[in-house]
Amino acid sequence: MRTLRAFFNDALREATQGSTAYHAWMGVLTFLMCCGAWAYSVQLREGLIVTGLHDHVSWGFYISNFTFLVGVAAAAVILVMPTYVLKDHDFHSAVLIGEAMAVAALIMAISFVVVDVGGPARLWHLLPVVGRINFPRSLLAWDILVLNGYLALNVGVPFYLLYSHWQGREADKRYYVPVVLLSIAWAVSLHLVTAFLYAGLPARPFWNSSLLGPRFLATAFTAGPALMILVLTLIRRFGGYPVAHETIQKLSVVVTVAAQICVVMTISELFVEFYRNTHHGQSARYLFFGIGEKRALVPWIWSSIALIATATGLLTLHHLRAKKAVLYSACVMLFVGILIEKGIGTIIPGFIPEPWGKIHEYSPTWVELTVALGIWALGAFVFTVLAKVAIPIEMGLLREANSALHSTVSPTPQPAANPAAPTPE
Amino acid sequence: MTDSPFQILNNKTMDRRDAMTTLGGMLAAGLGVLQTSCSPLASAAEKEKAQLDWQAYFQQNFQLMTDTEKDATVRRLERSYELNTGNRIDVSAQGPRKDVLYGYAFNVSKCRGYMDCVKACIEENNQDRASGMAYIRIHENKKGSMDFEEANDDFFHQVPAAGHFYMGTQCFHCQNPPCVDVCPVKATWMEPDGIVVVDYNWCIGCRYCMAACPYDARRFNWADPVVPIEEVNPNQHYLGNRLRKKGVVEKCTFCIQRSRDGKNPACVEACPTGARVFGNLLDPNSEIRWILANKKVFRLKEDLGTEPKFWYYMD
Repeated sequence: MRTLRAFFNDALREATQGSTAYHAWMGVLTFLMCCGAWAYSVQLREGLIVTGLHDHVSWGFYISNFTFLVGVAAAAVILVMPTYVLKDHDFHSAVLIGEAMAVAALIMAISFVVVDVGGPARLWHLLPVVGRINFPRSLLAWDILVLNGYLALNVGVPFYLLYSHWQGREADKRYYVPVVLLSIAWAVSLHLVTAFLYAGLPARPFWNSSLLGPRFLATAFTAGPALMILVLTLIRRFGGYPVAHETIQKLSVVVTVAAQICVVMTISELFVEFYRNTHHGQSARYLFFGIGEKRALVPWIWSSIALIATATGLLTLHHLRAKKAVLYSACVMLFVGILIEKGIGTIIPGFIPEPWGKIHEYSPTWVELTVALGIWALGAFVFTVLAKVAIPIEMGLLREANSALHSTVSPTPQPAANPAAPTPE
Repeated sequence: MTDSPFQILNNKTMDRRDAMTTLGGMLAAGLGVLQTSCSPLASAAEKEKAQLDWQAYFQQNFQLMTDTEKDATVRRLERSYELNTGNRIDVSAQGPRKDVLYGYAFNVSKCRGYMDCVKACIEENNQDRASGMAYIRIHENKKGSMDFEEANDDFFHQVPAAGHFYMGTQCFHCQNPPCVDVCPVKATWMEPDGIVVVDYNWCIGCRYCMAACPYDARRFNWADPVVPIEEVNPNQHYLGNRLRKKGVVEKCTFCIQRSRDGKNPACVEACPTGARVFGNLLDPNSEIRWILANKKVFRLKEDLGTEPKFWYYMD
C-alpha cells in the first residue's frame, strides 16, 4: 500500500513538473477545458435547445465525435497486437503511448455521450442493482459495457507494466498477456458494437447496412495509426523518447492498407446508393449532391473524399511514403478526412431526410463547438499526463529506488515538498 | 418500521432491490431535509418542495413499483404542483383494463386536413407551446401519389385543397416496437393494453428511441416545456399527459388518461369528419374490428416488421 502511494506520488510529481513549454501547453488545455465547461453549464441551464439539434436530427456533433473517438480508441490494438502476440519488438517502445491514446480517446468518447444526454443527473439509471439497464436488448447498453470494459483493460495493463518497471522488475507475462489478448478481441468488438448501434435501426436506411461495421473498423485503423504516427513523431522530437524508425515505417504500412480498404468500401457503398434511384439512397443523395436548395453537407463530404483519396494515392506509392514530409502530411489528411467523414458524413445524414422524407438540416452551434473543444482539450490533457509519466519510467529515469530515498529523507511526504508550482517566467 | 436502516439489507423477506430502494428513499429524504434545514430562510413549503424533489430524483422505475408506491408517486406529483402553482391537478396511475388491446383506424377518404385533431391533442396532452410540439402530423398528398416525400406536412391554406388528399401519422403503438428495444434503461415499454409509454422520470434523454422510430412518433423536450397555467389540463395520468420537464422524450399515448377511463382519445373526439376510429381489438363487436373485417386496410412501412396497431382504409 505504501509502495502504491509512493508510485502515485512519483507520478503526480512527474506530471506537475516540466519545462515552461509543458506548463504553457497544459495551461492552454486547462483554459480550453474551462471554456467547454462554461458552455456546458449554459446547455445544462437552458437545455439542449442551445444546440443545433431538433426533433428531426436528434443526434449531431456530439455523437459524431463519440463515434470517431471510439474508432481511435479501438485502433490502439494495432500497436498492442504485434507487440504481445507476434512478439515484434519494433512496436514495443510505442505500445504504452498507444494505450495512453486509447485511454484518452475513451474518456473523450464517454464525455461526448454524457454531454449529449438530456438528463445527465439520471445516468445512475444505467447502474446495476439500483438502475435498470436494458441488457442485452439495447445496443446502447452493450456499448456502455464494452466502452467501460475497454477503458478498464487499457488502464489496467499499462498500469501494471509501468508499476513493475518503476519498481525495477520485469512485468510477469503470465499475468498480463492473457489480459492483452482479451483486450485485442475487445477492441474489435468495441467498434463493431458501436457500428451495430446504428446499423441495427431499419428506420434509418443510410445506416442499416452490413457494411457499416467493417467500414467503421477500416476507418478506425486508418485514422488511429495515422494519429499515432504524428504523436510518436512529436514525442520523439519534444519528449526525447526513442521511437524506432521501424515502428513508424510499419505503422505507415498499416495506415496505407487500411486507407486502401476504406476507399474500396466507399466505392462499393456509393455504387449501391446511386445505381438505382431508390428512396433508401436519399440520404446519400443529400450528403453528396444536396436535395434542392438543401446542401449543407456537400462541401464537407467532398473535401473529406478529396483528402482521403489524395492521401491514399500518395501512401500507395512506396517512394513517396518513404519521404517523411509526404508521410506526415498524408497522415494529417487522413485524420482530418476521416474526422469529417465520421463527424459529419455518417451520423448526421442518417437523420436526413427524416422518416417521412422531409429535409430538415442541422449545423452545430457555438455551444456544441465549445463543449467539443473542451472535451478534446480534456483528451489531450489526459494523454499528456499519461505520456509524461510513462516515458521516464520506460526510459529508466523514474524508479522506486530514487523515490524511496526521497521519502526517507522527508518523513512526512508533504506535497509542498515538490517544486511543482507552475512558474513560467 | 422497526428495522434499523442497514438491517434491511439482511432482511430475507425483502429482496435486495427493494432494500436498496428503501435505503435510497431514506437517503433522499435525509439529504432533502439536510439541504433545506441548513437554510434558515426556507419556509415550510420550500422545505417540503425540496424534499419532494429529492424523493422524485431517487424514485424507482414506474414499471417496477408496487401499487402503493405508484400511488405515493402520483400523490407527490399532485402535491408538488400544488406547492408550485397553488392549483390542483389529478394524476392517475390507473393500470390497464382486462382483455383490452387498443387499435386505431384512419379513414383516408374522410380526412380533409382540418387539423382539429392536432389542436385537441396539444391541449389534451399539455404539450410544449413554445416549440409548437405536436404528436400528430397531417400530410397533404397530391392525388395519384402516396409518396410522403412529395407530400406537404406544413400547409397553411384553405382545406381541403383541390386535387389533394390527407393522411395523419402519429405513434402507431407498434406491437413490435423498435423504440422499446433500444432504450438503454427500460424507460419506455409497451403496456399490456398495447400502449407504448414513457416514464418521464426514468428517461435519461439519450434519444436513441427517436433514432429507432421509423414513423417520427417521438418528441424531445429541448428546453423547459411551456404550458400557460390556465391551459393546463388537470386530468392527468402518470404515463400520459402529466407535465414533462426538459431533457426527456414524450409521445402519443392514445390519451392513456382518457382511454383507460373508457373514453376516446382527444383526436378521435375532435375529428369533425369521423375519419378517426379507436377501439378494443379484442372485442369482436367493436367498430375497429368491423373496419378490419369489412374494409381493405393497410399499414405504413409494414416491411419493417414493427406491426403497427394503426390501420388506414378508404370508403
